[in-house]
Amino acid sequence: MSLPAPVDLGLAALVLGLAGWVITTSATYRAAEGFVAYGLVLALVWVRLGSVDVALTEAALGSGLTGLLLLRAAARLPADDPAETTRPGPGVRVVAAVLCTAVAGALAAVVLLLPEPAPSLAPAVAANLSATGVGNPVTGVLLAFRAVDTLGESIVLVLALVGLWSLAPDDAWGGRPGFLRGPAAASPLRFLAQVLPPFGILVGIHLLWIGADHPGGKFQGATVLAAMWVLVLVAGLRQPPRVTSRPMRGLAVFGSLVFVGIGTAGAWLAGAFLAYPEGLAKPLILSIETALMLSVAVILGLLLAGPPEPDDAAGVRS
Amino acid sequence: MSDATLFGLCGAALVGLGLYGLICHPGALRKLLAFNLVGSGVFLLFGAVARRGAASGFGGDPVPQALVITGLVVAFAATALAVALVVRLAQAAGRTDLDPEPPARSEATPERPS
Repeated sequence: MSLPAPVDLGLAALVLGLAGWVITTSATYRAAEGFVAYGLVLALVWVRLGSVDVALTEAALGSGLTGLLLLRAAARLPADDPAETTRPGPGVRVVAAVLCTAVAGALAAVVLLLPEPAPSLAPAVAANLSATGVGNPVTGVLLAFRAVDTLGESIVLVLALVGLWSLAPDDAWGGRPGFLRGPAAASPLRFLAQVLPPFGILVGIHLLWIGADHPGGKFQGATVLAAMWVLVLVAGLRQPPRVTSRPMRGLAVFGSLVFVGIGTAGAWLAGAFLAYPEGLAKPLILSIETALMLSVAVILGLLLAGPPEPDDAAGVRS
Repeated sequence: MSDATLFGLCGAALVGLGLYGLICHPGALRKLLAFNLVGSGVFLLFGAVARRGAASGFGGDPVPQALVITGLVVAFAATALAVALVVRLAQAAGRTDLDPEPPARSEATPERPS
C-alpha cells in the first residue's frame, strides 16, 4: 500500500482542522469566516481529485457567495441571542459524539470497501462526447447526457427565489431587497466596485466560452457575474431592483424558458425531449448555456440580496 | 492508500463533524453552517467515487462530477432560503434558537439541561 502524497495529507488535515474550527468556535461570525477558508481549501482538494470544474464552482459558489451570505446573516443576528451562549449538557454532547462517530465510521467503511474495479461511466461519455460537439466531458454531461438534471436545477433556482421573496412581510412587498444594505461603504470599496466589474464580466464570459472544451461553464461564469453585481450593490453604487420589476423577473426565468423551449423542440426534431438534432448540438448547447448563465447570475444575485424590505428602511442609502 | 481513498475518508469525517454540530448547536445559523459541512462531506465522497472511476483519459468519472456541480448550486439556493428564514425568525422573535418553549431571556444559562 503506497502512502498518499504529503500535499494530499496536508490538505486533508487543513480541511478537517478548519471544519473542526467551524463547529467548535464560540462566535457565529468567526464560524462563518472559518467556513470561507474551509471552502477555499476544499477547492484545492477538488483540484487534487482531478476535477477542476468542481473546484471552480466550490471556490466561487461554495466558498465565496455562500460565505458572503452567512457573514451577512451573522452580522444581522441580535447580539444578545441566547442561542449564542447556550450549549447542551455534557451528556447530550457525549451521546451525539458517539452517534456521529458511528455514522462517520460507517461511511469510512463504505469508502474502504468500494468495489474493485471501480464502476465508471467515463468510457461511455468518451465514446459519445464527439456527437455533442463539446470537448469538456463535464459540460457534455450537464447539457446533453444528463440535461434533465440541469433543467430541473435551473427551475429549482427560480423556486428558491420565489420562496425567498415570499418570506417578506406584507408591508415590504414591492420594496427593494435589503440584505446587502449597510452603512455607507468606505471609498476603497467603492473604488474597487468601479474598477473590478469590467474585468469580472470578461472573466465570466471567458469561463462560459472556454467551458465547452476546458474546465469552466455557465455556473462558474454566472457566479463571477453575480459576484460583480453584488460587489456593486454592497458598495452602494446601485440599488437592487424592486421585486415587482418585470424586466428583472423576465431575465430570471429566461434561461429556463429557453432550455424548455429547445428541449421541447427536440421532441419533434430529434425524437426525444431534450435531444438535439444531429449537427446542431453544439450551437444549441451554447445557446442554452448563454441564456442560463444570464438567468443564473441574476437569480444568484437576487438570492444574496434577500427578501424585499419596506422603502423607509432604505434611508441608509439614498 | 490512493488520494481517492484519503479524501473519501476525509469526506466521511466531515459528515460526522457536521452532524455533531447540527445536533449540539442551538442557534439556527450554526446548524446551517454545520449542515453545509455535511453537504460538502457528501460531495467529497462523490468526488472520491468519481476519482476512482478515472478512465478513457479523463481525470475522473465526469458523471458524478457534473452531479456535484448541480448539487453545489442547489445547496447554495437552499442555504439562501434557509438564511432568509433565520433572519426573519430573528426579526420576529429576537432569537434564533429553535426551542419551542423559550426560557425567559434572563434565565438563559450556559448549561441548559437536556
